[in-house]
Amino acid sequence: MQKSFDYRTLIPTLSAVAALLVHLLVPNSPKYTQKQVPYFTIALIIIIAVTLVIAFASLFNERLRKKYAFKSWFIATFILFLNLLNLATLKLMILQSIYFPSPDRILKVYVEEWPFLLKCLGYSLRLLATGYLIGAVLGISTGIMVGWSKKWSYWVNPLIKLVGPIPSTAWVPIALVTFPTSFQASVFLIALAVWFPTTVLTSSGISNVQNAYFEVSSTLGARTIQKIFKVALPAAMPSIFIGIFNGTSASFITLMTAEMLGVKFGIGWYINWQREMLSYANVYAGLIVIALTFSLIITLMFRIRDRVLGWQKGVIKW
Amino acid sequence: MVTQKTGFIQAQGVRKSFVQPDGQTVVALQDVQTEIQPGEFISLIGPSGCGKSTFLRLVAGLIKPDEGSFTLDGVPISGAGYERGLVFQDPTLFPWLTIYENVAFGLKIRGLYKEKKDDVKEFIKLVGLEGFEKAYPHQLSGGMAQRAALARALVNHPKVLLLDEPFGALDAFTRMNMQDELIKIWQERGTTTIMVTHDVDEAIYLSDKIFVMTPRPAKIESIIKVEIGRPRERDLPDFLKLRAKILQILNFAGKREDIQYYL
Ligand SMILES: Nc1ncnc2c1ncn2[C@@H]1O[C@H](COP(=O)(O)OP(=O)(O)O)[C@@H](O)[C@H]1O
Ligand SMILES: [Mg+2]
Repeated sequence: MQKSFDYRTLIPTLSAVAALLVHLLVPNSPKYTQKQVPYFTIALIIIIAVTLVIAFASLFNERLRKKYAFKSWFIATFILFLNLLNLATLKLMILQSIYFPSPDRILKVYVEEWPFLLKCLGYSLRLLATGYLIGAVLGISTGIMVGWSKKWSYWVNPLIKLVGPIPSTAWVPIALVTFPTSFQASVFLIALAVWFPTTVLTSSGISNVQNAYFEVSSTLGARTIQKIFKVALPAAMPSIFIGIFNGTSASFITLMTAEMLGVKFGIGWYINWQREMLSYANVYAGLIVIALTFSLIITLMFRIRDRVLGWQKGVIKW
Repeated sequence: MVTQKTGFIQAQGVRKSFVQPDGQTVVALQDVQTEIQPGEFISLIGPSGCGKSTFLRLVAGLIKPDEGSFTLDGVPISGAGYERGLVFQDPTLFPWLTIYENVAFGLKIRGLYKEKKDDVKEFIKLVGLEGFEKAYPHQLSGGMAQRAALARALVNHPKVLLLDEPFGALDAFTRMNMQDELIKIWQERGTTTIMVTHDVDEAIYLSDKIFVMTPRPAKIESIIKVEIGRPRERDLPDFLKLRAKILQILNFAGKREDIQYYL
């Protein structure tokens, strides 16, 4: 075993203790008129407790210690940022308090409105998942047909080239009058945003598959349908994933646009609504929820890709 | 009895030409009129461009002749099929499948995997890749990948095994090992085998008959029987004599070509 204590594992805790001391000892700005809430204090105590537990556990687990020590400067700096933010808002009021609420006030939103935020998140995810799945399935299907068959490529490729690059948000006026509900219109927009990159990269992936693979598979007894699904599709998978990733970021943009334009009860809608009411603490709370959710989705997709494309390790560096 | 065995190939007046990207037509193979007996080991030898790969691809059914036809056990070859297994110089294993899955590919797509599962293990063992079942192709050396490709073709129990310079990319030592393994497998299974090679020694070492081919016109110049008992030694007088003879044919064809150029 290597050295069992690494001083770096205590840095995040120290940063949190510093933040707590500042919060408790520096008096609030006299201009600060809102009711004092204890949430930042509680949050910092929780952070101190958790970081201490991790630091303690890392005494006995080398992998955890290495990982945590490596991340420690980043975590400590992030806590320092919260500390400075707290100073600039609650303590000194350097920033305009309407637009830049103190950490306390943002935490208060979560404590008081979490059921509603959760419901908004649910609405957003339902819309995103519906549109995304439709777009991805259609995109992969169109991509296979266009990449495989000359006839499909002849008729559909020009359409893809012409229609595809239009940002899906430009379809909003048409979508809103074409579909009976704004939910359906948004599903259409998100599906379209995912469909385009998925189609393009699936078809280019499939048409770039080495002919030798098809020849080998036919001398092994493969029929056309098997060449498509057992050879072309897996061989094109790396490219398909790039398409899906591009589609994912496009779908996030479209989701937010759609919600700010009129689909009710999503997180995007919540943010827009709170902004109009000048409740910026709620706006930030919503933004943080979105950031966490989207980055969770992306992380999940990377995991799936690594699983599916495990065979690529050592062939291609990502 | 020979008549009961399968893997009998006949070629009747086969001719194949290609239109090159620049619009010119190149005759890749012509006047092919020959028979290959069941269980025979045939080598195709000759300089590049003399139509060796074209010959194999026609038998594999990957391309169709302009004139004439190939038949297998009396049935015209009209497309690719598992009963004619093909191995290229580049192993072209499917990189997204493990070695085991690559070898099992033929059985799986033919819906025979469940009943013939044991064959997969058997052929992996036969080519000496036990322990590498879970490896991916990129983790294998060239020789190992080529063995896997061989096992993948053999698992279908093809009537004809087609090998296009299968050992061309291997170092001399590995190549000699692979030649011995191939002979062993061929003797065990008695599969009709047609192999393209650049290497005169390899052709003599392995084959019952050698088809010596020449470019311009791309055709089979002569068929040479190798009447040397097995196992063969590479430095016996008969071996060396045969080699001189083949080189002479190839050399003469080369000269004739030069003369044609000067005319
Ligand atoms: N698919 C193809 N398209 C155009 N020309 C080809 C094609 N395949 C082979 N040829 C031509 O046919 C001739 C014979 O090729 P090939 O059978 O590959 O020769 P070898 O394998 O003996 O080197 C060459 O001149 C080659 O350029
Ligand atoms: Mg060739």
